Amino acid sequence: MNNIPTPTFEWLQLAPVMAVLVAACLGIVVEAVAPRARRFSLQVVLVVVGIVAALGLLVLNFFAGNIGILAMGAIALDGPTYLMWAALLVFGLLSILVFAERRVDNGMSAFAASAASVPGSQAEAEASEARHEHSEVFPLALFSLSGMMVFCAASDLVTAFVALEVMSLPLYLLSGMARRRRLLSQEAALKYFLLGSLSSAFFLFGMALAYGFSGSFDYRGIDAAVAAPVYGHGLLVTAMVLMAVGLLFKIGAVPFHNWVPDVYVGAPTPVTGFMAISTKLAAVGATARFFFVAVGAERWSWQPMIAAVALITMVVGVVLALSQTDIKRLLAYSSVSHAGFVLVAVVGAIVSTDTASSMAAIMYYLLAYGFATVAAFAMVTLVRNAAGEANDISNWAGLGRSNPVLAGAFAIIMLSFAGIPLTGGFIGKWGVFAAAWVGGYSWLVVAGVIASLVAAWVYLKVIVAMFFAPPVEGVSIAKGSLVTTIPIAVGALASVYLGLFPGPVMDLVTGASIFLR
Amino acid sequence: MTPEYYVYLATILFALGTVGVMVRRNALVAFMSVELMLNAANLAMVAFSQARGGLDGQVATFFVMVVAAAEVVIGLSIIIVIYRTRRSTSMDAASLLKL
Repeated sequence: MNNIPTPTFEWLQLAPVMAVLVAACLGIVVEAVAPRARRFSLQVVLVVVGIVAALGLLVLNFFAGNIGILAMGAIALDGPTYLMWAALLVFGLLSILVFAERRVDNGMSAFAASAASVPGSQAEAEASEARHEHSEVFPLALFSLSGMMVFCAASDLVTAFVALEVMSLPLYLLSGMARRRRLLSQEAALKYFLLGSLSSAFFLFGMALAYGFSGSFDYRGIDAAVAAPVYGHGLLVTAMVLMAVGLLFKIGAVPFHNWVPDVYVGAPTPVTGFMAISTKLAAVGATARFFFVAVGAERWSWQPMIAAVALITMVVGVVLALSQTDIKRLLAYSSVSHAGFVLVAVVGAIVSTDTASSMAAIMYYLLAYGFATVAAFAMVTLVRNAAGEANDISNWAGLGRSNPVLAGAFAIIMLSFAGIPLTGGFIGKWGVFAAAWVGGYSWLVVAGVIASLVAAWVYLKVIVAMFFAPPVEGVSIAKGSLVTTIPIAVGALASVYLGLFPGPVMDLVTGASIFLR
Repeated sequence: MTPEYYVYLATILFALGTVGVMVRRNALVAFMSVELMLNAANLAMVAFSQARGGLDGQVATFFVMVVAAAEVVIGLSIIIVIYRTRRSTSMDAASLLKL
């Protein structure tokens, strides 16, 4: 029997992940020792300091040119990892800030006073009366964020699986903690948990088969085994299909999208904003890394499969979005269709001689989608009536007259989702379609263009309602504090910037789009 | 020892678990089926580890066990909250969210 060697660990290079983890652990300490009245603000400070420190360390590493396969082959620090980490940290900071909004709902956050109490019970009323709050949501979100960072950088299947769970488990809890409509929220948590753990089990079994095929969990080991297989091809294909199920579930692609609308609606809106972009970004990163690096030589087997998934994801997402009347459900189906557009790029450019183009297109698309998503869900938390958030789109009528600035920002975000020229969404869509076209999937590009034309109707409908319909009695855009208005402002401005001046960001994502093998 | 039989057994257990999640309407039973799937993967990894030589597969099972334990903590807490609210763990009763 061979011994297990002492692991080496590159602390400096991995410091950004460590900073987020340390902030999360400190958050637990705060829960234990700080007086109740102080906890909420201390947690917010910890989140901001932790994430800004992580960003600073990331920038330091970037300019020091630190790249490499770290931690005994577990984590690959390369161009895409830098981009993904930076994006995750920025989107994470913006969307976790929204958790801290307390001004719009009588000084209380969007989370239940006591998530363990039975809805409508005496215990709930007492906790609410005493103004208790779950400030644990901040460390939970940070743990999830650290899992996402490791997931998209994992260069080893065991690391990927553990990171997948670290990212998902806190999200299952967070989605069950809404203050209002708690039954819905708990049900969303149950649904998300059961389907999520089912999909991780698929991922795990696929991983076991991939290990059987190659004798290694390491992506480079799998790549080597694909070149010189010991076992038959069927084992590898089965492994790829099972792992794709797990990954596509997290991305929210059809036919594994059933949880998306339900969980997005049931979860507290700030949590929805957090997972809508961060989970998707991390999962797309992990998918691209696995399929490009580990089984890139087998692309003839997986390309048709992913192409089929991309096609039905775009079509189903857009068609179902057309008939939605609830803004959160509409955004959920829109996020399903965006998953399809991203997968178009995953399918495409691996065929081209220049793999850089596909990863750059994916990153640009995710950046444009991410800024718009963070702002969109922050905006949803603000549109309220007496009963809480007024999520029915009919309630959004006429908001453009009462608050033209925020409604205008939301209109920009919707235009970016729709991919109208001069917004980031347009450049993003153009990039993914170009990548697929070069990769020889022109039929998929044609389908994608048609789907995005139909999708534009979905978003324009909301804009028309906001600006050209008479206002509804009792609904208004609440006056949020900076933690909500900053994400909206940043999201809207970034959507315009990415559309008007794509050059600098495009150079950045193109320059840092090569996976380390 | 022939590892193939263990892999076949693991596949059967995995399939049983999948069917269990799809068919059974009790959240607890569905959750147990997921655990069965995880353990099927563990069995497959140990068998492959024996077949290929090297300890990677066996070490990985420990990671899976720890992850499964964490999942139990989260899962049971969610199921208990649902049970307290509804006095039932049937997934059919939880139907406020529709497609």
